[in-house]
Amino acid sequence: MFAVMRHELTMYYHSMKAYVFGAFLLVFTGIGALMYNINAAYANFEYVLGFISITFIVLVPLLTMRVMAEEKAQKTDQLLFSLPISTTEIVLGKFLAMSVVFLVPVLIICIFPWFFSLYGDVYLPTSYGSIVAFLFLGLSLMSMGMFVSCLTESQSMAAGICAVLMLFMYYCDTLADYVSSSVLGSLVAIAVLVLALGAIVRMLTKSNLAGLLVVLLLAGAVAGVYFYDSAMLESLLPNVMSQLSLFTRFYTFVNGVFDLTALVYDLSVIIFFLFLCVQALEKRRYNG
Amino acid sequence: MIEVKNLTKYYGDFPAVLDLSFTITPGKIYGFLGPNGAGKSTTMNILTGCLAATSGEVKIGGFDIFEQPRAAKKLVGYLPEQPPLYIEQTTVEYLTFVARAKGLKKKEIGPEIERVIVETHIESVAEKLIRHLSKGFRQRVGIAQALIGNPEIIILDEPTVGLDPAQTIEMRELIHDLGENHTVILSSHILSEIQAMCDEVLIIYRGRLVAFDTLENLSKSMPNTVQLEAECSAQALQEALAELPSYEKIENIEITAEDDSSVTAALTVGEAEPKEICREIYLLFAGKGIVLPRLNPVKPTLEDIFIQLTTDADETLTVDNPYDEDEEEAEAEEEEAEETEEPEETEKSVEAEEPTQADEPEENGETAQTNEPEEKEGEECLQ
Repeated sequence: MFAVMRHELTMYYHSMKAYVFGAFLLVFTGIGALMYNINAAYANFEYVLGFISITFIVLVPLLTMRVMAEEKAQKTDQLLFSLPISTTEIVLGKFLAMSVVFLVPVLIICIFPWFFSLYGDVYLPTSYGSIVAFLFLGLSLMSMGMFVSCLTESQSMAAGICAVLMLFMYYCDTLADYVSSSVLGSLVAIAVLVLALGAIVRMLTKSNLAGLLVVLLLAGAVAGVYFYDSAMLESLLPNVMSQLSLFTRFYTFVNGVFDLTALVYDLSVIIFFLFLCVQALEKRRYNG
Repeated sequence: MIEVKNLTKYYGDFPAVLDLSFTITPGKIYGFLGPNGAGKSTTMNILTGCLAATSGEVKIGGFDIFEQPRAAKKLVGYLPEQPPLYIEQTTVEYLTFVARAKGLKKKEIGPEIERVIVETHIESVAEKLIRHLSKGFRQRVGIAQALIGNPEIIILDEPTVGLDPAQTIEMRELIHDLGENHTVILSSHILSEIQAMCDEVLIIYRGRLVAFDTLENLSKSMPNTVQLEAECSAQALQEALAELPSYEKIENIEITAEDDSSVTAALTVGEAEPKEICREIYLLFAGKGIVLPRLNPVKPTLEDIFIQLTTDADETLTVDNPYDEDEEEAEAEEEEAEETEEPEETEKSVEAEEPTQADEPEENGETAQTNEPEEKEGEECLQ
């Protein structure tokens, strides 16, 4: 695992990627600090973090696109598979390396609040609390990007899909306001989801019966809920969407609340997507 | 060392490897031979743990590659068809990563890298970026990677593809040297290469093992022949040959061409020394005053063996349906394919152009004429 991590780190720092990533993040932090803390004279560094969180839409794909896609394109994944290391170690090693690349600029960002506190009254706990949340937000988005990279052989494809995913994550909460909150709307949305899930199961297992069974089972469950208490379905979809949004959870920190559940959520997102990465690689080993 | 039992791999519905079983003993160079798409790379990928099998068992040094991959992989060094190199790194950095990943201790890494660099003669490019290396050097770096940790088995997938002739010769020497301390398995569709380097040959065709033997034994399984052209009629040739002292050693006489002035024939002489037969024919025909514009002994090449085996396999494969065959049938086929000493066994519709002139028409066997189109097909596959 550490062999893979050290190797990945040398790759990041040999190419421009780690530097570009760090530089962009710091430049935007600087701009944000100038706008909020210096010009507008706010004593809250967390506003800066809220402002720069949008840069993840570009920076996460930049960092994650080559992680696995490049290995596949160059066929170096065959080397990784033939070495006496497990797939989990490969995925963890790569993710740790990515975390280090992200951690370096975040550590530099940590200087900002302390520096401002020398010249004014800064409430440091919320500042550093938000930096921790910022770190978790970045890592969970990166685990998503890494999974996307596991699915494709082309870096640009991985970057594109990842950017779309990041955008969706960013606007998830805003979009939730526009989604129909009526019972019927929720039902339609759930029906679409159930059908999509059935299609995926059908695709993975190549069995019509399994796909049909999943659809029928879920449809039955939804119908049961609908007839039991249709009010439960009201505004279900927007609620789910805003609950899913990683960015929304981050903004609670920016607003000065240290929300432990958000960190747990981030952590579970990371574990879930790393697990999917391992599965995607294992699937490749089975299908060649 | 390596035990493969009933290995099968399907890509969707396509069987890439079918019921492959063999055992590899240490200390030799083995050649994996087969046309493109025969299942060589698939088999090698499974042996090294890069690919999972649909069914079957692979044991390396007693460790199951699927159950105990870590222990099994430590015994194997693998160079895939395309050397898996990180082009942004230098050779030493790359080898350091592989050494670390193979679990070498910090103290061992330096000397080990030095050792493999010397062994593969890449001292001159040790500090260069892999991006800037030529194909030949990249291949060598790939082999150096496989050698790290001194695994007992080295598996090389088409190690000479894309190299120029000089590099190919160097690569062969390198592989030959490796064979002294390691068990080497290499694949190729270039027959001469296998002939030059390997002690034993596994011939794979359409995912099945059609032969596994030493080169010597394989060539024994093919009959020697004598080709001659005589300025006489076919009738006269038959009569003259009947007078040969070792006439009974000639298994088959086949007239391949005849015109007004001369006749061309191929004699199957079985295990008899073809040169000796030639000598007898020469002396006999000289005495009779028949002119021989051409008389040459033909020893079977690996090409012949290969084409023979793959055309045999073609017949057995087209007869059965791979989806509903039972195991016994498959085993019987394999045995049949391996016992190629009697090619007469295979029943072919013979379209001999001059059946009346054949000496023993009931013993038709494989005539060169019926073989011709398939031979070409086989050769195309080999290109």
